Amino acid sequence: MPDLGIADLTAAYGGKRVLDRVSLHVGTGDVVGIIGPSGSGKSTLLRVLVGLLAPESGSVVLDGAPVDYRSKAQVRALRDRLAIVFQQYNLFQNMTALENVMIAPVRIKRRPRGEVRAQAIDLLGRVGLSERMHAYPDQLSGGQQQRVAIARALALQPEILLLDEVTSALDPELVGDVLAVIRGLAADGMTMLIVSHEMSFIRDVASRVVMMADGRIIEEGKPADFFRAPRTERAQAFVGRIRWHRD
Amino acid sequence: MTVSHLATQLPRFLTWYNAAFLVQAAALTLALSALGSIVGIVCGGGIAVLRRTTGWPLAPLRAVGILYVELFRRIPFLVTLLLVFYATQLGGYQMPLFAIGAVAVSLISTAYLAEIVRAGLASVHANQWHSAAVANFSLWQTLRLVVVPQAWPVILPPAFGFFVMFLKDTALASQIGVVELTYAGKTLNNRGFAPLLTFGAVLILYFAMSYPLTLLGRRLEARFARPRHR
Repeated sequence: MPDLGIADLTAAYGGKRVLDRVSLHVGTGDVVGIIGPSGSGKSTLLRVLVGLLAPESGSVVLDGAPVDYRSKAQVRALRDRLAIVFQQYNLFQNMTALENVMIAPVRIKRRPRGEVRAQAIDLLGRVGLSERMHAYPDQLSGGQQQRVAIARALALQPEILLLDEVTSALDPELVGDVLAVIRGLAADGMTMLIVSHEMSFIRDVASRVVMMADGRIIEEGKPADFFRAPRTERAQAFVGRIRWHRD
Repeated sequence: MTVSHLATQLPRFLTWYNAAFLVQAAALTLALSALGSIVGIVCGGGIAVLRRTTGWPLAPLRAVGILYVELFRRIPFLVTLLLVFYATQLGGYQMPLFAIGAVAVSLISTAYLAEIVRAGLASVHANQWHSAAVANFSLWQTLRLVVVPQAWPVILPPAFGFFVMFLKDTALASQIGVVELTYAGKTLNNRGFAPLLTFGAVLILYFAMSYPLTLLGRRLEARFARPRHR
């Protein structure tokens, strides 16, 4: 039962401050949609959370225990509970879809191969790729690769799933399949942090919306309230520019 | 020297003794190259991996690795060989000539293979490292399971090109008196055999060693370079 507390998290990249005192709480079953203009720090927040970018200051507390990102052991323990799906899928190019899903549970988590294989086949079925499980990433479309990437993250049995603009690199006709998979996860009660530009999707799926700009959180609220009547000027301008479409 | 002269010399040249002498020298050439290549892959690979690390505790080692690679790739092999030769004499200790040759070829091959492996590792996209990191792969697991399998297509062609070149370059070890293949040819020539015969035989033996190496390289390339679909 994850309970993730982020307080005053600050990070810099290449001498530029990319996260500025970000505070956020994610409870069990929360689906937090993180939106905002490009370069606002949304993806950076996820990268800091999984330890790909070291925070400068602030704290991340998981189930009451603060995470020290300088400690390899603590980052490993954290990554046992958090999984991330990247914008560019980042599948292992030298492995088939099935191998991509199985590799970490078998080789890193040391779970029995037979059990992992059954689970992996089940997961690939859930994302609609039973037919393509022996294909290599470069034989799959972007949307298919992204669904494999989601299955790979789920195979780690994470308590919190981080999704970093998972549809941004996809052709429009492929977005729907990926979003359908995520909707299914939300319905199953998966705790998620979703960075996305798909506003109608966030409005439907998220239990809470967080808007970021210039590395800061500038507004937070329930999707219905946020999109109908944003309080801050920045959010009003942002929401005003959204072109709603049915997905 | 005429063709008939060569023809009369040929039966005298083709003796078991001469054949054994040349084959033994060829074996020494092969041993020197193989040793250099194996040490080069292990140590050069080590340096290439070291250069991928980022933490400050390893920074001095990284600097030494870079300096080493950049230095030894810029020194002619002969100079390295002579330096090792005279450096070992400095201590007043007589090292076997083969050992001196082996140290020199290992120093050179380590530098070259470090660079070849570095380029191979660099050819694998950073996102592959990230994916492995967030799934808690160790550095070793990331290399073995994810990065190196993808780096082979970039590493193998120049590596085998280097091995073949290297096999020929060990001829320089004759300069310090290691009886490798070229030196053996020269010795037979000094014993009165026509240079065309002795060095012709040397040529055939070099080819007999390097061509299978090239074939092996091609086979490995075909095996490790999975066809790309896009």
